[in-house]
Parts: sequence; structure tokens; C-alpha cells
Amino acid sequence: MRWAISVDHKKLALMYIGAGLCFFLVAGLEAAFMRLQLARAENDVIDPETFNQLFTMHGTTMVFLVGMPILLGFGNYLIPLMVGARDMAFPRLNAFGFWLFIFGGLLLYFSYLGADGLYGAGTAPDVGWFAYAPLTSRTFSRGNSTDYWILGIMVSGFGSMTTAINFIATILCMRCPGMTLMRMPMIGWMMLVVAFLVLVAIPILTGAQVMLLLDRTLGAHFFDPETQGSAILWQHLFWFFGHPEVYILILPAFGFVSEIMPTFSRKVLFGYPLMVAATVGIGFISLGVWAHHMFVVGLGPVLDSFFGATTFLISVPTGIKIFNWLGTMWGGRLHFTTPMLFVTGFVAMFVIGGLTGIMLATVPLTWQLSDSYFVVGHFHYVLFGGTVFGIFGAIFYWFPKATGRMLDERLGKWTFWLLFIGFTLTFMPMHVSGALGMPRRIYTYEADRGWEIWNLISSIGVPVQMAGVAIFLWNAIKSLRSGPVAGDDPWDAWTLEWSTTSPPPEWNFDRIPTCTSARPLWDRKNPEDPDAYYE
Amino acid sequence: MIAIVFSVALCVTGMTAPIEASQDDTNASAAGPPVPPAPAPVRQPDGSVADLDAKLVICDPDAPPVSGAGVTSIFEPESPPSREIRDLGFLVFAICIVIFVVVQGFLVIAIVRGIRSRRAAREGGAGGSPEPTQVYGSVPIEVAWTVIPTIIVFVLTMVTIRTIRDIDITSPPEDALEVVVIGHQWWWEFRYPSDAGEVVTANEMHVPAGRPIWLRLESADVIHSFWVPRLAGKMDLIPGHTNYTWFEADRAGIYLGQCAEYCGTQHAHMLIRVYADEPEDFDAWLDAQRKPGVEDPKVAEGRGVFAEYACLNCHTVDGTSDGMFGPNLTHLASRDTIGSGFIPLNRENLRAWIDDPAQLKIGCNMPSLKLDTAELDAVTDYLLTLN
Repeated sequence: MRWAISVDHKKLALMYIGAGLCFFLVAGLEAAFMRLQLARAENDVIDPETFNQLFTMHGTTMVFLVGMPILLGFGNYLIPLMVGARDMAFPRLNAFGFWLFIFGGLLLYFSYLGADGLYGAGTAPDVGWFAYAPLTSRTFSRGNSTDYWILGIMVSGFGSMTTAINFIATILCMRCPGMTLMRMPMIGWMMLVVAFLVLVAIPILTGAQVMLLLDRTLGAHFFDPETQGSAILWQHLFWFFGHPEVYILILPAFGFVSEIMPTFSRKVLFGYPLMVAATVGIGFISLGVWAHHMFVVGLGPVLDSFFGATTFLISVPTGIKIFNWLGTMWGGRLHFTTPMLFVTGFVAMFVIGGLTGIMLATVPLTWQLSDSYFVVGHFHYVLFGGTVFGIFGAIFYWFPKATGRMLDERLGKWTFWLLFIGFTLTFMPMHVSGALGMPRRIYTYEADRGWEIWNLISSIGVPVQMAGVAIFLWNAIKSLRSGPVAGDDPWDAWTLEWSTTSPPPEWNFDRIPTCTSARPLWDRKNPEDPDAYYE
Repeated sequence: MIAIVFSVALCVTGMTAPIEASQDDTNASAAGPPVPPAPAPVRQPDGSVADLDAKLVICDPDAPPVSGAGVTSIFEPESPPSREIRDLGFLVFAICIVIFVVVQGFLVIAIVRGIRSRRAAREGGAGGSPEPTQVYGSVPIEVAWTVIPTIIVFVLTMVTIRTIRDIDITSPPEDALEVVVIGHQWWWEFRYPSDAGEVVTANEMHVPAGRPIWLRLESADVIHSFWVPRLAGKMDLIPGHTNYTWFEADRAGIYLGQCAEYCGTQHAHMLIRVYADEPEDFDAWLDAQRKPGVEDPKVAEGRGVFAEYACLNCHTVDGTSDGMFGPNLTHLASRDTIGSGFIPLNRENLRAWIDDPAQLKIGCNMPSLKLDTAELDAVTDYLLTLN
């Protein structure tokens, strides 16, 4: 009950992350069923309707109910602690946002029971996570499953918007004395840009969903081509939200890397100002690349060229980040603890996802590869090899702060290597099957296309990943009970959250800290050579 | 736990594979209940059609020579747009490989050096400094890794735009044959507009080899995408928005593809077969397709069933019916497959299909008309005369 009525940013954050991890297990199981079905050609373990629900729910869950809440949860936990504030700017709004997310998620999953009304067996949405019109119209999507999809996501989207407002207000107004914007931990910048992207992108999605709801229930015709509506309009609106969304999901993970990597390299983040510029640059450019999801829609050579060019352009600031992390590691003394393993894995995997992204920005190549398994491989390298690895790194890094106990390092390394190997087994072969002509979202495939072996390898990776996640869960439960006591600052780190107790008191700091540089604890630990001197 | 269950399930499904495959080989002579959906590949990967003829009751004796059927790789183009895309793809891939090697190389070196330096510091004991040298940034280095990627992406953008302009042409190439492609849930309609009378067929597109084909892409319901990887990149078929694309098959053969935009329950079984014929074979095919449906008095009973039940509401047979919702059946028996390319056309398959399409293709829009055995046989025989 303490938790249910809490407005403490730390409790809300832990509930965000916990709920997100629960949804992560659900969505992971959904993916496992898909891989089971696709393990061989002409398989019939899962019928097409169920399969289509599985990939719809997997995608929707992972984006809206796993990625968003876990990353916003970390923002919630870390922003006040790292900027030296006692709580978020609007604690009650914060709780409101969290409960909206929970309600939206449960509403989406209630579709399994309720979407067909009282008379059917119940259906989940099956229109794909980007729900292209007119497949979502009453004509082609009967029952209420699509309405559940609309409303569930819309409700949790309102929650994200309130959280974004909170982030911005906290970051801009509640930094401790001495912490100028350019002395803010890098993760603060990432979260600030993310919050602005949420405020720009999510309302577009919400608006489009309202239009779709009007189409479905009140007989409007926004997306109905039969009556002069436009099927392409939905794609523009959805992807105008959808591409910034990708950066909403990756920028916080960039923030984790930018905090964890310096700590375990024992070096200051390389090129802080350029990193800030690259983050803001990504924020702006990400609003102008959406139609690269629409290269096969037939927008014509001019628009295709424009969006291809902007997509290439966004690889420049993204590359800068990679190089700056390498610069941070370069010449450091590297301690390969579990969080460091995960963020190093992040960099290695994200480079691959970025490079396949460059291939997909090559418009004519996308005419071949769009909607193929190559794309599935690409975005899992970004969102799994990137975001999920970043999240695991963050969990291992900040678990001691949040609970007061260390996670087991040996089990943590097992988790990393199992996830790394399983991930590579599952997603690397998808690039091949895609290039061999395999479209995504098919529940079965012909035996003579040469896709089978690659799909089998992909499926074999699944139990390996599951073992990694299972070990992680065991590790978390065991460490919560009997892990070694962490102390205030187990990693000898430099940001303000490590200056308070683990777990921090409800008021965070007994005295509001002050800071003189981007690494306040470095300055305290090395008074003879403070950062402030170099800034 | 779950991982173990999953592994076991994986093994079990893996083990059932050979059993079903062998059933498939023997079911050619089996009569009665519906054939399992597992279809024999109509063409073998090595291009042979030997064991196929044994299965097909009706087979086009003038079937075109097969070149690498079963292949849908984007690396084996047989048409100018797909070839240009492959070449561009190799270029971009090469650049990406170089970047990959450089970045991961630096990462590995940084890791190795970082671990060594940590060990050295530990062994150095109290003599060494407690922390490594702090480097806050370097303007020249940061400028370099901003400018160099910018130059690379500028070059890539230019190359990309040039290829876009080569392939994405807005008017048909000279001497092109126009084919209208209409996507339906879950089959393809192909129309050949002509002054001599429009030819309408489904799922198997015949085109002359060596001549540009200009495709006009439309949809009757939701969004689909036309993708035959060896001929051209994909292009969506969008209701209310007409798209165009083109290809030119280098040589005669069968080119496979399938719908590439999720379009509902049976998106997976919306396969495309493009038959590139020698020009004279294509002309002969077109002439044959122009004729009205055969009216063989021997199968008048089956024709009666076709006309009496709901078949004619959805299917056109020239001279008998003009339904528009399902595929045109006027020359059904001239095709190799049914169900949008995933089941070979033979008597049993066709009979099983008519009996209950959803058995073979779950969610299919064609209903089972609950015909009795005699009616089923009659209408199957009738349809098999429509060559």
C-alpha cells in the first residue's frame, strides 16, 4: 500500500522498471512462440491468426510497455538524484503518469479476454504494431481488438507525456547550486532531449489514434480510401511519431553508456560538449526522417531522395557518440564488471545496427530489403543489442544504489554472455534470410527458398537468451535477499547519486549538494586536480 | 525452465519434419480427406521438374524452361533494376564493412590496452597514479570524426540519388508491355489491357522475356506489396493510390516472390509466380487466354453445379459468369498452382480446395459450399477442362 499511494520518484521508478520487466517476459515469450513456429518451413504449431496476434503484441508491448516505461523509469529514478533534487518537479503528476501506463498496458492485454465481446474466444490485436490503414478499418478488422490497441496505447501515451513534462521541469528548474546545464550528467541531456521528443511525437500518435477511433466507431473517413480518405496519411502520421520514438528508445540507453563507461574506464567522458551537440542534433534530425519507413509507398524520387539524405545525415551525430565512447575507453584502465560488459556489448552491437541502418538509408536497397527479415535483424540490433543491453547495464550499475545490495558478478557475466551469444544467433541470420527474399510477418514459408537453415539458427538462439534472462531473475531475487551490502559508492563513481546512502532516503540528500563541475564527486575525491580547472 | 521447455518443443517440431515430408511424397495417389497444407514445391531448387509431372494432372506442356526456381535472393538479379540495386548494395556493403572493421578494431584495441593498463596499474602498486590521465576531449580529433563521416554520407547520398533516378522512372520505358496488378486478400489479379480484348488472370503472371514490363499497381482492399526480388525491388499496392514499377526479365524462367506488406491472416500465402516466356510463347499464351472458357458438353453437370451454387458470384468464367471478387477462372487449368501459388494444381488438391478452402488456407475468404461428393467431383472435372 505504501507503494500504491507513493509519489516518491524512486518508488515510482522501481515500479516502472518492475512492471516493464514483467511485460518484457511476456513479450519475450510471445517472440519465443513465433520463433518456434518459424524454426522450420511449413510448420503448423501456431495458426496464422495467433501468429499475427503474437507479432502485433510482441512489437507493441516491447515498444510501449517495455522500452518506454523502463527507460522513463530510469529517468525518474536518476534525474532528481543526479541533478541533486529532492524529487521530481511534480510528484503527483508523476504518480498519475505511472498509473496511466499500468492501466494502458492492462487494457491492451485485456483484449485477450474482451476484444471479441462475450461470445467469442477473445482476440488480441492482429494488425501489426504500426497498424497500417485500411487493415485497421471495421471492414478488415472486425471485433474490438483494434480498439483495444488504440485505447491501450493512447492511455499509456498520456502517461508518457506527463512524465516528459516532469522531466523537462525537473531538469530545467531543479538542478542543485553550481550545476549549470553544461555540468549536468550526460544522461540528463539525453533525458531532456527524449522528453522533448515525447512531447512532439506522442501527441501526433494520439491524434492519429483518435482519428482512427472516429473512423472505426463514428463513421469518419480519415483513412478510408473508398471515401476519399487516405491510407498513406496514417503512415505519415504514424511514422512522424514512430521514428522519433526509435530515438526515444535509444537516447536514454546512450545516457547509460555515457555514465557507465567513464566509471569503469576511470576516465572522464570524452568530448562532453560535442556529445551534447550530437544529442540535440539527433533530436532535431530525428523529426525529419520519418518517411524512410515509407520508401516502398511510391512517394516519388524527390521525396525518397530527401528522406534518404536526412537518414544518412543522422548517422553523423550517431557516429560522433560511438567515437566519443571509444575516446573515453582509449587509454583508460578498464574494469570489466557486468555493467561495463553490457555497455561495451552495446557499442559493438549498436555499430552493427547503425551500419545496417546506413544500408537501409540507401533507398534502392530498401526497395529490396524493406519489410524483409533484414529489417527485423536491423532494428533488433538497435533495440535489443542497443536498448536492452543498455538497460541490463543500467540495472547492474544502479541496482546497488536502489536496493543497497550488489548483484552477483559471476551470475551477471553468465547473463551477459548468454544474452550476447543468444542474441547474435537469433538476429544475425535474419540479415541473411531477409536478403534471400524472406518477408517479415509471415507465419510460415516455403521449403524451397533456402531460408530454413537461417530460421533454425535464429530459433536456436531463443533458449540461449531465455537462459540468460532466467539467470538474471535468479540473480536479482538472490541478491535482494543476501547480496553483499553495497555501501554508498560501490563503483567509486563521480555523479551525485553516489554521494547519498544506498538506498537513498525519501528526501534523497540530507543537504542539497553543490557542484563545481560535471563530476562533483571527482572534485571531492581529487581536490588536488579538480575537473572545474579544465572546464 | 521455460528455456528447457522451449528447447524440447523445438526438438519435437524439428523431428516431425521428415515424417510430414514423406507423407507429402506419397499423397499423390491418396484419395479422400483434404490434402495437408504442406505443398510439394512445384519446381525443385535445382530446376528439375521431373517428379512434378507425376503429380500434376493438368500441366502446361509448353512450360517455359526453368532457371533457378525457388531462388528469391536479391543477389541473383535477372533484370536491370534488381541488378543495379545489387551493384549499389555491394558498394554500400563494402563501405560499411570498412567502417565496421575500423570501429570494432579500435574497440578491440581499446579493450586490450585498457585491461593491460589496469593490470599494470595494479602491479605498479602505490607507485602508480591512482587514476589514468584524464582526457577531456580534443578539438582536432573531434572535428575529424565529424567531417570524415559527413563526407562519406555525402558520397553515399549522391550515389543513392543517382540510382533512384535510374530506377524510379515516371513513364513507361519504350516498347513496354503494361500489366495491371491488383492486390486482393490474399491473391493477385493480373490484367493485360489490349485493344484485342483484355486478358485477366491470377497469381501467375506471364510476361515476355527481354521486354520491359510496366506494372500498374492497385489494390482492391488493403495495402499489399509486389516483390519479386530477382526482377525488381518491391512497390506497395495501395487502395486509392496507383503506383508504378517496372522490370525486364533477362531470360525465360520462373521468378518467385510474394506479398511483402502485412495484409492480414494469410499474408504468408500470397505468393507470386512470374513466368518469363520466350516472346513467341508469350504471344501464344496471350492468344489462348483471350479465348472464352471451354464448354465441354462432357462436364455440363459440373458447369451446372458451378452456375447453380455461389461460385459464379465471385468467379468469372468468360461465357458463364462474371463474378469479380475471386480469381478469374476462365483458364484455370492452364495454371500450375492454386491458392495463390502455394499448392500445385492437380485434381485432388483442387477438389480438396473446393470442398473447404479454409482447411488448406486458414482464414481464406472463399467459403466452403458444403457440396456433396458427386457435386464436388463434377465441379472439379468441369474446372479442370478450363484450359
